[in-house]
Amino acid sequence: MTAVRVRGLDVVRGSTHALRSVSLEVPSGRVTGLLGPSGSGKTTLLRAIVGVQVVRGGTVEVLGLPAGSPPLRSRVGYVTQAPSVYGDLAARENLAYFARILRVPGERVERALELVDLSRSSRRPVRELSGGEQARVSLAVALLGEPELLVLDEPTVGLDPVLRRDLWSAFHRLAAEGATLLVSSHVMDEAERCDSLVLMREGRVVAAGEPEALLARTRAENLNDAFLVLVEGA
Amino acid sequence: MNGRVALATAERVLHQLRRDRRTVALVFVVPPLLLALFRYVFDGQPETFDRVGGPLVGIFPFVMMFVVTSVTMLRERTTGTLERLMTLPLSKLDLLAGYALAFALVAALQAAVTCAVAFGLLGLDVEGSVVVVAALAVCNALLGMALGLFASAFAQSEFQAVQFMPAFVLPQFLLCGLLVPRERMADALEWVSYALPLTWAYDGLRRAVEGGDAALVARDAAIVVGVTLVALALAAATLRRRTP
Ligand SMILES: Nc1ncnc2c1ncn2[C@@H]1O[C@H](COP(=O)(O)OP(=O)(O)OP(=O)(O)O)[C@@H](O)[C@H]1O
Ligand SMILES: [Mg+2]
Repeated sequence: MTAVRVRGLDVVRGSTHALRSVSLEVPSGRVTGLLGPSGSGKTTLLRAIVGVQVVRGGTVEVLGLPAGSPPLRSRVGYVTQAPSVYGDLAARENLAYFARILRVPGERVERALELVDLSRSSRRPVRELSGGEQARVSLAVALLGEPELLVLDEPTVGLDPVLRRDLWSAFHRLAAEGATLLVSSHVMDEAERCDSLVLMREGRVVAAGEPEALLARTRAENLNDAFLVLVEGA
Repeated sequence: MNGRVALATAERVLHQLRRDRRTVALVFVVPPLLLALFRYVFDGQPETFDRVGGPLVGIFPFVMMFVVTSVTMLRERTTGTLERLMTLPLSKLDLLAGYALAFALVAALQAAVTCAVAFGLLGLDVEGSVVVVAALAVCNALLGMALGLFASAFAQSEFQAVQFMPAFVLPQFLLCGLLVPRERMADALEWVSYALPLTWAYDGLRRAVEGGDAALVARDAAIVVGVTLVALALAAATLRRRTP
């Protein structure tokens, strides 16, 4: 089963050819990692998948529908790289607003807060929270609708190892319950936590597959080395 | 369009405004203070204050709402919340209706406070009905809101958004006829003034203040409402789900 199918995607942003004929498939019910150096086009690809990126060519199919189709708006959760929540409202107020847009019951707010371990600081204005806490509020918003596809742009940046571990196990729990996760990162130790990987460089996909396959293909000892081989050798 | 989502958005915008004590103070305190200033600047010419003060009660809300809305919407764009909203089951109309609802409420309160001070404390005296003046003030506030929503699409920073106030609003203020009757302007300017919405807003207010022909007041108000709807449609066109 494939949750996302991208074919020959071309995107130009300003003067940059941000994606060049990108094709890939994201398996459903699994955690897929999107890795690549800064500026390689990860955010652009994720934006195209959630349907907010103007694209020049190619097709993006999400859960069987063209990316950005109205029915997908309650089935896909997206967390932008920078926290996108209202800084002057408390975490709880942010969640309550988005819950009303998604038409989900208010109890989900509590559950989402617990999932990101924010129940304690949920009453303070978000702008008074730490960077990692703000990122978690933004993540909690995406969890509210219990989406079938979760698209997360570097959700664990700035978080401590304990919290990172907890979030990754939460991601796997969601996948075990049937959700598909697509998570971008440029931290290699997170690649090891993914069921499958997509590696990008300069707007192209240079490798995709399961971590073991990438290790075997590059004959590297660990994913970090495999990455360096793939990125520099490509 | 979903009424409940629009309502949720209106409540959220009001919630944000309420948190921002200084903006609330600016919205409710500045117009009465400016009117008081006018009152004492024209201390020796109370008839001038009566002529200018009445329309001003209805023009301040236009200016304030323009600034407040354009900055609020710009923040929505720059902090990424607009991008997030565009991935959610919320129509553009829900978003705009939410804003309109929230700011209509603020505008009504602002008009009430300003009228109370102007007519109660400052002794402003008009021939016409105070209620009509207040109702026109709310219409004008909504016009300012709609133009602010539209203008915010052309600003990349709050600094630019604030600069739009003199750029969009000041020329209309100069040409609307409040300071100098339009017949006395250069012909070209007089013609330009007919194309500017504040001219019609001012005409309606002037007539209401003078207790003039109710049908003409209604026509001026209808023009203001029409331009508001056009500006909202233009603002909707600038809200893009997909961005480069
Ligand atoms: N708004 C924009 N306007 C013009 N060019 C842009 C814009 N956003 C990104 N780009 C360009 O597109 C390319 C891909 O950017 P993208 O944000 O997708 O990279 P990324 O892999 O997410 O990087 P990072 O890991 O730093 O977040 C970059 O070369 C960048 O300069
Ligand atoms: Mg990025």
